[in-house]
Amino acid sequence: MSQTVILAPELEGYESSNFNFEATVKEQGLSLEPVSIETLQVNITKLCNQACLHCHVDAGPKRTEQMDLATVERCLEILHEHDSIKNLDITGGAPELSPYFDYMVIEARKMGKHVMVRHNLTVTWDGNPRTGEQKMYLPDFFAEHGLEVISSLPYYQEYFTDKQRGKGVFEKSIDSLRLLNEKGYGKEDTGLLLNLVYNPVGAFLPGDQAGLEADFKRELWDKYEIVFNNLFTITNMPIHRFKTQLKQLGGYEDYMTRLAGAFNPGAAEGIMCRSLISVGWDGRIFDCDFNQMLDMQIYNGKLNTVFNFDYNELVQRNIRFAAHCFGCTAGAGSSCGGATA
Amino acid sequence: MHYYESDDLKRFGEVGRFSGELMNKFFDYYNTATGQEGALTKREKALIALAVAHLKQCPYCIDAFTTSCLETGCNPDQMTEAIHVASAMEAGITLVHGVQMHNAMKRQGAL
Repeated sequence: MSQTVILAPELEGYESSNFNFEATVKEQGLSLEPVSIETLQVNITKLCNQACLHCHVDAGPKRTEQMDLATVERCLEILHEHDSIKNLDITGGAPELSPYFDYMVIEARKMGKHVMVRHNLTVTWDGNPRTGEQKMYLPDFFAEHGLEVISSLPYYQEYFTDKQRGKGVFEKSIDSLRLLNEKGYGKEDTGLLLNLVYNPVGAFLPGDQAGLEADFKRELWDKYEIVFNNLFTITNMPIHRFKTQLKQLGGYEDYMTRLAGAFNPGAAEGIMCRSLISVGWDGRIFDCDFNQMLDMQIYNGKLNTVFNFDYNELVQRNIRFAAHCFGCTAGAGSSCGGATA
Repeated sequence: MHYYESDDLKRFGEVGRFSGELMNKFFDYYNTATGQEGALTKREKALIALAVAHLKQCPYCIDAFTTSCLETGCNPDQMTEAIHVASAMEAGITLVHGVQMHNAMKRQGAL
């Protein structure tokens, strides 16, 4: 099944003539070609216990798309075959809701790969919204296998966090962070990395990453005695659910104008698609998770999937850009690892 | 047609169509004073500007500095406190002139 879901590349509708990313890159004299594949980012499921306002995946409790075992196995084979792919970044949805999440983590760690999980914090308490399966074991599992935990927390206060992620999310997130701290996450000398992700609660750009990190550290410690390692600031991508919200607010054009006006060549040089590829639940390969959600599959004479994976061909591909890419190059830049400039 | 159109803020620079050198000097000063880190952080400056925007009731400035506050990591409590400072200052400025009223009353033997 995984090999059969191949769609023709379709760009029409993604690129607004007002916001032409490729033209901007050319005007700036930049050449944004791939440099390597260091990270295999795998979107293992669109199922999530939350349905956040800004979610570019449109993930939620009603989504059913999940990676099957054959595709998981093929991803693991790719990791095994390529020493240069050092990182496995597992995302979703809530990736822990995939029946193959634990297996994928264990096998990738056996190979010595650095494994990151995009953990929404609340899934520990909520469990699987479709089956009712409990997930309270997750903090122990993460610690046992030495995963890097990367968790969204839009703000260090309840109001902004619950506005974006749903009522009660802040309180559950704080409880989960406490559990992770108890296991050693975020603490010096444990080697257990706990990184938080800030993204703006609305149509504005993220603030200075270092300044916000200092605020988060001070406030979370003073009020809750919670510690973490780093804060990543991420710009909201003007696609899917967030784009719909922008259009409803009448602010899409203004937001795009702000992103395009804040184009930073330095940030562009560091965009994540130059050193990462993104795998969809059905095995198709994309330049990043955003292109994946727009069905902008990598096309270099053939449609790429994990089943015809060719490292050398992929590092020579042309990355597919569109208007949303201004989200990664505005201001200090934005990537799954935070600011890029 | 309204006297204040939000899109007109983007046209601020058009004021420099005449006496452009003065406008350039103004923008240099304005951008340095309000938009750069100095002895005050950009966040502190944004909160001051938001308070002044309310005090002077400038809709353009309220739009612009609400965004600046959010983009420097402010939360609604901090932003609201800033405009309470402006509001309290305005009330205090009105009330402290009551001393002038008392002085005038004294001069007329009424106090």
